[in-house]
Amino acid sequence: MTGPLLEIRRLSTHYVSARGARVTRAVDDVSLVLDQGQTLGIVGESGSGKTTLALTLLRLLPPAARIVSGEILFEGEDLIKKSAAEMRRIRGKRIAMILQDPMASLNPLFTVGDQVAEPIRVHEGASRGNAWTRATELLKAVRIAAPETRVREYPHQLSGGMRQRIVGAIAISCEPRVLIADEPTTSLDLTIQAQYLKLLRDLQRSHNLALIFITHNLGIVAKMCDQVAVMYAGRMVEAGPVKQIYNAPAHPYTQALLESIPRLGDSRKRLTAIDGQPPDPSAPPPGCAFHPRCPKVMDRCRSEAPPEFRVADAQTSRCWLSAPVTR
Amino acid sequence: MKKFIVKRLGLALVSLFLLSMTIFLLMRITGDPAVLLAEPGASAADLDAIRKQFGLDQPLWTQYASFITHLVRGDFGQSFYYRTDVFELYLSRLPASLLLASAAMTFSLLVGIPTGIIAAVRVNQWWDSAGKLFALLGLSMPSFWVGLIMILFFSVYLGWLPSSGSGTVLHLVMPAIALGWVFAATHMRLTRSSMLEVLGSEYVKLARLKGLPEALVIAKHALKNALIPVLTLAGINLVIMVNVAVVVETVFAWPGVGRLLYEGIAFRDFPVVQATILLGGVMIVVVNLLVDILYAVIDPRIRYES
Amino acid sequence: MNGSAANSRSVSAILTLPWRLAIFRSEGFPLIPISILTTVLLVAIFANALAPHNPEVGVLGDRFRPPAWEANGTVDHLLGTDHLGRDVLSRLIFGARISVIVGLLVIIVAGFVGTALGIISGYLGRWVDQIIMRLTDAWLALPVITFAIFLAAIVGPGVSNIIIILAAVYWTRYARIIRGEVLSVRERDFVRLAVVAGCSKWTIMRKHILPNVINSAIVLATLQLGQAIIAEATLSFLGVGVPPPQPAWGLMLADGKKGLMAGYWWLTVLPGSCIMLMVLSANLLGDWLRVKFDPQLRQL
Repeated sequence: MTGPLLEIRRLSTHYVSARGARVTRAVDDVSLVLDQGQTLGIVGESGSGKTTLALTLLRLLPPAARIVSGEILFEGEDLIKKSAAEMRRIRGKRIAMILQDPMASLNPLFTVGDQVAEPIRVHEGASRGNAWTRATELLKAVRIAAPETRVREYPHQLSGGMRQRIVGAIAISCEPRVLIADEPTTSLDLTIQAQYLKLLRDLQRSHNLALIFITHNLGIVAKMCDQVAVMYAGRMVEAGPVKQIYNAPAHPYTQALLESIPRLGDSRKRLTAIDGQPPDPSAPPPGCAFHPRCPKVMDRCRSEAPPEFRVADAQTSRCWLSAPVTR
Repeated sequence: MKKFIVKRLGLALVSLFLLSMTIFLLMRITGDPAVLLAEPGASAADLDAIRKQFGLDQPLWTQYASFITHLVRGDFGQSFYYRTDVFELYLSRLPASLLLASAAMTFSLLVGIPTGIIAAVRVNQWWDSAGKLFALLGLSMPSFWVGLIMILFFSVYLGWLPSSGSGTVLHLVMPAIALGWVFAATHMRLTRSSMLEVLGSEYVKLARLKGLPEALVIAKHALKNALIPVLTLAGINLVIMVNVAVVVETVFAWPGVGRLLYEGIAFRDFPVVQATILLGGVMIVVVNLLVDILYAVIDPRIRYES
Repeated sequence: MNGSAANSRSVSAILTLPWRLAIFRSEGFPLIPISILTTVLLVAIFANALAPHNPEVGVLGDRFRPPAWEANGTVDHLLGTDHLGRDVLSRLIFGARISVIVGLLVIIVAGFVGTALGIISGYLGRWVDQIIMRLTDAWLALPVITFAIFLAAIVGPGVSNIIIILAAVYWTRYARIIRGEVLSVRERDFVRLAVVAGCSKWTIMRKHILPNVINSAIVLATLQLGQAIIAEATLSFLGVGVPPPQPAWGLMLADGKKGLMAGYWWLTVLPGSCIMLMVLSANLLGDWLRVKFDPQLRQL
């Protein structure tokens, strides 16, 4: 297959409040590219639009949200143009998602096996017995001990770590091409987080998945991802290979984020945090959304919103500082 | 699980105890109990005899003890009007009330649940507003008035249905609708809010993410979870229906325990009144207990909670 | 209108004029229900001046006259007469007075007692709480009608008896809900500060807890108004409520039943419609208040 697996071109999703009075630009002019087998990390503070981006991809937005412009090309086809029935066949089968809270994601009234077998039965028409066997194998694949007994149990009988693995098993049950993980380790204990991340990486390799990791944790991105996209106030302010960006971030926001991570052996005496608060998504400041908090703000930033500039080979930055110098 | 049952049983017993004590005390505080227990038109000598018979001059605790012993043995006294044992009288009328309550419950669920589901799935649209209006109307019209209006239309004007008595299915229709009307509104509201809550839950979100057809998401994942509180309420409401049917049974001359209560009031037959209230309360407490246990059977989470 | 802003709105804030005037322009303001309720209130107050006839005395020769627009009706009795020749319109007007008095007094008394006990139970906790809650549970188990009938059978009919009986039955609903609110208000910082500052329990309950739960009490009272009116009508219909010859709407319906099979529809439709309009208005007002004051009260 030629071309990237997933390409998002200038996507914008807006939320319209009840009387049309307030428009919140949850996702504003975002473009990214994902190849097969790659891991992309989407980083941002809460309210930056990362979850909305994932939901837009799967076309599972609430009624108040509208895709205003752009294209989502998955395997060459625009997902925005697909009908509801076509999208339903894609969800779970070709693009899967893991949510943050595993306890809430699993239906308390049905057994674990039932819930893992479900997408297999719906998408592949497997019989009950077959699906159940596949479910047990999947539990083994996500490294759950004694899968034959576990498969009959109910979600509340399992620990948080196990539940999140089950959610993972559900996600890979139909061999999707893309797996989106929305803050999958946030509700897990620290000791379990590392195990889970390793599991995700192993699953990615064995199933040749493209992984989209949504998180606010830069450390996880450094460990797991090849590419990173930084989001702020609905816009993508910087994107590119992880090593490149971590070494030489072009956008002041990315720079500030990286600087605020405390490191052992650091000679700094104080923790640096970024001044100010993220903007109200329904009323962002004019010009560049980050300008009120930017240590390198210029006059131009206050009135004109910068477009994306190519900074290096595969890196883009949405900042006037990255504009090519006109001679 | 055993621990759960024992605990609930204990609470039920406490409720029954408090209930019987309330009725017992109320009778004695608010005037002369002898007057209530004597037949209408009793002379002073009769009243004295009653006092001796019921031990009304004895200390309260002794009276209460004897009251409870009688109750537990099923001795609720004799009806003045019918001249028979009140307990037997009550039991003989109970089946009719249960029949009416079941019919009314069926009606209320058949109307309330689907309306609630549609209102939730089409939230804030036309259907939802219509549903809310219907619920509001249901709660604003007294059940007996609904019954009277139906009689006016279907018996007097149209002549389709009989206006009183029992015996055929036709006799059951109007009383069941009159009784079930208010409950249909309550069930609709609860179904709607329960469904809305479930539809917004993370597991429904995940079900959609799995690519399940919307019909399956609603029918399998949403419905079972949403209906739990509704069916619980319905179970309790069934017994409540038996109790509040007094006015519907009166309007339609339906021979149940509600009508018995009305007769007790009209003929100043106090033993009947007291027994009906007490037994009604006992039924409610018992059903509450059973529903709690049933709930634990359906919802595996409760079974395992300590 | 976010929850936290409404939560901190106390009685004093409600009474400030600018807020009161602003409410008329807010969305969804239930103009019609409030107009209806106000009309009923005015009718009740000015019944003597408005009613064309004596509601309790009738001319037997004039019985069962239909409303003026029907064949046998007269303008003298706009809405017809009942089985004793009494003017229906006058009875409806005076009946409004009874409904208003009973309804308002029941919710005020029940609200007062229930809120007080709810606050005490919720704040003081422990054995006081246990006793009040067990009692409330046991009383809540009995439906309103059943309990009210029992009490009425003991104490006898009469308007003041009815008010006491219904208040005695309804206070438990207030106590339950207010107690729940108190349990969460109790943990808030300003309450803890007051405790640290050494305020007595009663002062805290009065000055800090009460203003924060009064919104719920008001919403509940409005929602209960409709139920109280229906309860009174039901009791009067059964003969254990307001005694004849007083023109309670419920009693009118009981009388109206006598003429039902003969087709004398106005004796049933008119009083019942009055009940329905009043209760519907109260319910709509209560619903609006509930959303206005605090969306979290939706479980009421």
